[in-house]
Amino acid sequence: MPPEMLFLAALDGIAYGSLIFLVAVGLSLIFGVLGVLNVAHGSFYAIGAYVAASAVLAAAGMGLPTWLSFPLFLVSAILVGVVVGGAVEALLLRRIYGKEEVLQLLVTFAVFMILEDAQKVIFGVRPLFANAPMNWLGTVEVFGIQYTVYQLILIPLVALAVLVGLRLFLRRTSFGRAIVAVTQDREAAMAMGINATHVYLFTFIIGASLAALGGALSSATTSLTPGIGSGMIVLSFAVAATAGLGRIEGAAVAALMIGLGRSAAVYFAPEFDVLIPYLIMVAVLLIKPEGLFTTLQARKV
Amino acid sequence: MSRQLIVGALLLVALVVFPLVSPWSTVILTVALCEGLAALGILILLRAGQVSFGHGLFFAFSAYVVAFMAAAKFGHEVLLLVPIATAASGLVAALVGLFIVRYRAIFFGMLNLAISMVFWSLLEKLFSLTGGADGKRVPRPTLAGMTLEREAFEFWMFYITLALAAIAAVAVARYLVSPGGKALEAIKTNETRLEYLGVSSRKVLYGAYLLSGLLAGLGGAIIALVSGHVTPELAYWVRSGEFVFIAILGGVGGVAGPFLGALMFQIIRGYAAVYAPETWHAVLGVMLLIIIFFAPTGLYGLIAGRRRTAAAKEGAP
Repeated sequence: MPPEMLFLAALDGIAYGSLIFLVAVGLSLIFGVLGVLNVAHGSFYAIGAYVAASAVLAAAGMGLPTWLSFPLFLVSAILVGVVVGGAVEALLLRRIYGKEEVLQLLVTFAVFMILEDAQKVIFGVRPLFANAPMNWLGTVEVFGIQYTVYQLILIPLVALAVLVGLRLFLRRTSFGRAIVAVTQDREAAMAMGINATHVYLFTFIIGASLAALGGALSSATTSLTPGIGSGMIVLSFAVAATAGLGRIEGAAVAALMIGLGRSAAVYFAPEFDVLIPYLIMVAVLLIKPEGLFTTLQARKV
Repeated sequence: MSRQLIVGALLLVALVVFPLVSPWSTVILTVALCEGLAALGILILLRAGQVSFGHGLFFAFSAYVVAFMAAAKFGHEVLLLVPIATAASGLVAALVGLFIVRYRAIFFGMLNLAISMVFWSLLEKLFSLTGGADGKRVPRPTLAGMTLEREAFEFWMFYITLALAAIAAVAVARYLVSPGGKALEAIKTNETRLEYLGVSSRKVLYGAYLLSGLLAGLGGAIIALVSGHVTPELAYWVRSGEFVFIAILGGVGGVAGPFLGALMFQIIRGYAAVYAPETWHAVLGVMLLIIIFFAPTGLYGLIAGRRRTAAAKEGAP
């Protein structure tokens, strides 16, 4: 394999890894704070993609300039997070905190089934394609191959901004520190006057918005078909599990690993590209069952 | 136990009689039994407090084994195909189980989902081998050496499936009251204490996983024969989710539960096909939420009465 090919595969991998990082970090954050693994997380990704694509197409239909797509991405991601994510947390998840994990899985799985069909009803089953924002940013040439600025620069930049922003938010702002406090000891945090209900709701909305943002960004690069959410939930779980559930910086490393692994597979063994993320996950979990970045916890008898 | 026997016997009698009265129902009932078998496997895992969103893997694997064997004219005989395909998916369960019994709850459920999704995408992508999304046709094999017409084949397949399901249900019921089955419940309540008793919880769960894989495999093998066609959809998460739905709908209190659930599932599917063809999985999701929040014992619990909950209340301090 020539070195340029490796380099190109690496560029692809970074773009792809950035996208799954956005989704996986939301999943991981929600798990870290609420202790619930949200199976419906893939649906937030898919709904974010559909809403963003519809908004971009509608804006183009009204003759608005293309650059407006980028703020639209952000707006649709937050909209999906607040409306869909907020409703799921407030109406359902709130009833099952502290119950068995299996029950929590089942409830979010039921939400997943409902949202998957809701997408089909609202957005139809025909492929939706809105790549104007990607074309608008143009291309750069690397080793004689045209790359879109959108995938090569914009998506990784957004992922980096999310990583740094999330870190600063959790460590420096008072609300972020309240989230961390609730994660570590809910009762003690509540005794200090932190409203855990608000923290849970807000965290869930952030997590859902991040998934929707990932979806919105991806909507310009591929055509949207029903079922993209189910692929994404397993993939983002693979990333979150490889890193250790609840690890934010770890999710970035794992997403990059899996992104690079997968794009290498696309170049060298295209039939098996779907296998690579899981092989990486299984390999990591065999050696470190709790994920790469988790410290062992004592068992309660 | 006695109530379990009564509910099971009534269900069995109803199932024996019903196709004689209305012959059109054999295929639907056979499909229900196959899904009931897979849901029975889910029930075993639920007893241990684990849920698998990936049992479509075993269901589809044995269905494809049947399809490949039937297409290769090798073992063109039901009495050979079903045991071999079931054993093959048991083998897969034995392999996957080695890895998966190390995990509990979230990881257990999601790793099952991940493995089944890998298998699904391989079925779709390796077009030259598996026929891709179109799947493979399964030519109708002989039954005990006889070449049967379609209707006679479906008729006999139903009663064979019913007999196998009854045997499986009784076997699972016995397993659940055996020390191995009781240890499963201990995994759910307190695994660490189980280990202090000197019982390896991994071994216990491994046995349960193997059994649940075999049950799903048996269901998959028969459904391939009866529907005459296999597609990657058998391994898709939707399918695995349906098994979980059936198990929860039927209730995990007794082995008749999954079969009750599977019959009810067919009825829901029938109505949904008329009234909500596009959104019927959403209907399932809503029902799942309703069952979880308002009728956690499922159909079996509603039919077999509140003895279990009453006993639990008396036992509580």
